Amino acid sequence: MGDWMTVTDRGLSSESKTISQYTSEIKMSPSSLYSQQVLCSSIPLSKNVHSFFSAFCTEDNIEQSISYLDQELTTFGFPSLYEESKGKETKRELNIVAVLNCMNELLVLQRKNLLAQENVETQNLKLGSDMDHLQSCYSKLKEQLETSRREMIGLQERDRQLQCKNRNLHQLLKNEKDEVQKLQNIIASRATQYNHDMKRKEREYNKLKERLHQLVMNKKDKKIAMDILNYVGRADGKRGSWRTGKTEARNEDEMYKILLNDYEYRQKQILMENAELKKVLQQMKKEMISLLSPQKKKPRERVDDSTGTVISDVEEDAGELSRESMWDLSCETVREQLTNSIRKQWRILKSHVEKLDNQVSKVHLEGFNDEDVISRQDHEQETEKLELEIQQCKEMIKTQQQLLQRKAFEEERASWLKQQFLNMTTFDHQNSENVKLFSAFSGSSDRDNLIVHSRQPQKKPHSVSNGSPVCMSKLTKSLPASPSTSDFCQTRSCLSEHSSINVLNITPEEIKPNQVGGECTNQKWSVASRPGSQEGCYSGCSLTYTNSHVEKDDLP
Amino acid sequence: MVYLSPVYVADMCILPRPRSPSPHLPASELRAQASCVQYRLVVRDVNTLQILQLYTCLDQIQHIEWSADSLFILCAMYKRGLVQVWSLEQPEWHCKIDEGSAGLVASCWSPDGRHILNTTEFHLRITVWSLCTKSVSYIKYPKACPQGITFTRDGRYMALAERRDCKDYVSIFVCSDWQLLRHFDTDTQDLTGIEWAPNGCVLAVWDTCLEYKILLYSLDGRLLSAYSAYEWSLGIKSVAWSPSSQFLAVGSYDGKVRILNHVTWKMITEFGHPATINNPKIVVYKEAEKSLQLGLGCLSFPPPGAGAGPLLSSESKYEIASVPVSLQTLKPVTDRANPKIGIGMLAFSPDSYFLATRNDNIPNAVWVWDIQKLRLFAVLEQLSPVRTFQWDPQQPRLAICTGGSRLYLWSPAGCMSVQVPGEGDFAVLSLCWHLSGDSMALLSKDHVCLCFLETEAAVSTACRQLGGHT
Repeated sequence: MGDWMTVTDRGLSSESKTISQYTSEIKMSPSSLYSQQVLCSSIPLSKNVHSFFSAFCTEDNIEQSISYLDQELTTFGFPSLYEESKGKETKRELNIVAVLNCMNELLVLQRKNLLAQENVETQNLKLGSDMDHLQSCYSKLKEQLETSRREMIGLQERDRQLQCKNRNLHQLLKNEKDEVQKLQNIIASRATQYNHDMKRKEREYNKLKERLHQLVMNKKDKKIAMDILNYVGRADGKRGSWRTGKTEARNEDEMYKILLNDYEYRQKQILMENAELKKVLQQMKKEMISLLSPQKKKPRERVDDSTGTVISDVEEDAGELSRESMWDLSCETVREQLTNSIRKQWRILKSHVEKLDNQVSKVHLEGFNDEDVISRQDHEQETEKLELEIQQCKEMIKTQQQLLQRKAFEEERASWLKQQFLNMTTFDHQNSENVKLFSAFSGSSDRDNLIVHSRQPQKKPHSVSNGSPVCMSKLTKSLPASPSTSDFCQTRSCLSEHSSINVLNITPEEIKPNQVGGECTNQKWSVASRPGSQEGCYSGCSLTYTNSHVEKDDLP
Repeated sequence: MVYLSPVYVADMCILPRPRSPSPHLPASELRAQASCVQYRLVVRDVNTLQILQLYTCLDQIQHIEWSADSLFILCAMYKRGLVQVWSLEQPEWHCKIDEGSAGLVASCWSPDGRHILNTTEFHLRITVWSLCTKSVSYIKYPKACPQGITFTRDGRYMALAERRDCKDYVSIFVCSDWQLLRHFDTDTQDLTGIEWAPNGCVLAVWDTCLEYKILLYSLDGRLLSAYSAYEWSLGIKSVAWSPSSQFLAVGSYDGKVRILNHVTWKMITEFGHPATINNPKIVVYKEAEKSLQLGLGCLSFPPPGAGAGPLLSSESKYEIASVPVSLQTLKPVTDRANPKIGIGMLAFSPDSYFLATRNDNIPNAVWVWDIQKLRLFAVLEQLSPVRTFQWDPQQPRLAICTGGSRLYLWSPAGCMSVQVPGEGDFAVLSLCWHLSGDSMALLSKDHVCLCFLETEAAVSTACRQLGGHT
């Protein structure tokens, strides 16, 4: 469209040009100025024009005006306003039709010119704005150019600096290398010097030693002697033998025998290992063949040529195998065959597995949005929730346990006080019970939660309670080297004759080995067991086995 | 489970630990335990602690050692250059060896229990005294190095490091008649140690720490292989054979243990000892000291009298640390000799399944490696630096002491700490397992305490022992 527009514009402009040319030619005319004005002026001036025209032509100068107009119009190429004259002297008549035609044509021309002018003006405006735009673009680009140039300069500078730095670093590296080389040389030279000095010193030292040896050993030192009651028999019961060439040979023989034995032993081991490996290999081969053979029957057509040939090899190998197994397997050629066939099968298996892998990945991609698959996030959330629940449960159990223990303790205390009270009024033998009870408590004084429930004749592993809420049986098992906790733990308890009351007790025969005499000691055990061990106990849990014993003499 | 005997005074204590179980005495019969106080040697029953024999030496005893058949005890008095030997079967039997002006720096039994090897001062020579015959043998030029003498487990052969003309040599002797079987020079700068493989067929020889080099020689003197992990830096610090002779563990100053195999003598794996443990599969046991709340004693009972014994102010237990765990490290002073870095201790369990190590710049930690899977298995971090550790001779159970009043035990199932009773602190400086694995001796500077473990028999004997004492 633009093209078309410009084309028409061009035509218009050329027309207007010619018009202006014409007008310039007729500057001498009085009305030329005005006519020019008319050409340029816009339509609303028509009134003025009218008045102006009336001013141009008056009653008096109609003739002149007409002739002038005729002249003008003919010069512009319009037909003459006058009729064709028949005679020379006759006054020419004004041709109205021609005048009207001329006027019409002029009007048309005028309208056309106005249109063209309008177009030109808009064109001009457009071009002006285009120009502005281009100018702004130009300035912007210029700016950009400037900044890029600056940047470039900056980068060049940096590059230069980096290169400079690089050069420096290279220099430094070289220096360092030189330094290292130098230091190594120094070390080496020092080492040689040191070795040399050492050797010199050692020689001197050896000389001194030799001298000392002569001085100390060679003069018959009476002191150097062995004073023995009687000689004892040899450990092996044999009699000592004289050192002869025979013994020397025998020693050699024995040494070689030992070495041979060792080598034989090792060879046997290696043979055994080899046999094992061969067995595994054979087994693998058989399994491979059985694994691959049903698969090859079905997709035989599908399998491309190369695998097809390899599979046909498998059949041959299967035949070969039975023959091979009869031969000596360590034979070199057979070994080669075996490894080759294994390799082949391995290749098949590999391609097969790869194929399967591809299939799996395809299936995986397809079935990724399956509903059956629980998303990982959901799973994790669920586990988190469950863990939290477990934690809460644990805490609850713990608090309950603590509450229970405390309660039990209170009960015990009450019963103890009760018993104490009763004992004050009962017989002496009961008094002794009381002492034992006392002693047991004294031992537990550093752990208030030590509660023991057990019957006297029975040794129960439960006889130890711990501060942490951990399953007892697990804990006792977790002790790495304990035969049983009951053995270890001396605080055995009994149900006293006063039944219904749980008391702690220690019987005299349970005295600990480390409690000798009046000495009384505490033994502390801390056990941390491996979390992954099959005993499956809790990590970091600790048990404090406390025990103590009070002699009867310590009665209050 | 674990019982502790009363503490008694002793400068040293040894339990019979023959190189190979003696044909004469089954392990359970090795019931004697020897300790010395000043110039007295006391032999007690391991289980009852009853004194079986009492011998009096000529001077303060500095070293005691059981003969392999547990019939004799050697007492060395280095200051006097004297060795006295006592018989358990014949208390009246006596033997005294005087090294005279040559002096004495080391004394040990030969594997047959009938010869004594005395090293004179300045390593001038080794004198081999026989208890069976009048014969005395001399071995010249023994090398003064930390581990210069080693016997095969069957007691047949002895390897001895020698130094002559500024070169290292190894001599292999037949122990039955002290005949020189092989003599060869080793390609070492300054040989530091030698050690037979338990099968007695391979001898490991390692160089000074200045040069990482370990050489493996066959019994007949052939060089089987040489291994070096790196150059320029400090090298080997400790070496241990697995009891199966299958692996050779080499601990070095770079904080790594390298395991060599017995077929190609190449490295199969290396165990680094980083200060942080990130693998969640590894259990890290952290010893935690917990002071007991005295509030527990707030029971309204009157205190139970004086006999209750002093309450301990603190107790120790193990906690399982959650990974990542960073272990306490020691910044080594590198400009001093013998810097505290590298693997200073390593020991295989008797079944060769585990390897325990200590990195000297992480002194509080014991690392237990699973040799079947060739990976780290567990780490124990103690509150104080580990002094020593020793495996139970019968099962994979590790006893550790840190110089405090506790004994620590590790087994694959877990670990625990045992408080040694007694007034004052019994600082366990070293420990020594009984061959049977059901008891061990704990040694402080001048006291000994016996520790009985596990078996029913031990319990009953412990009770018996108690009966004997009260």
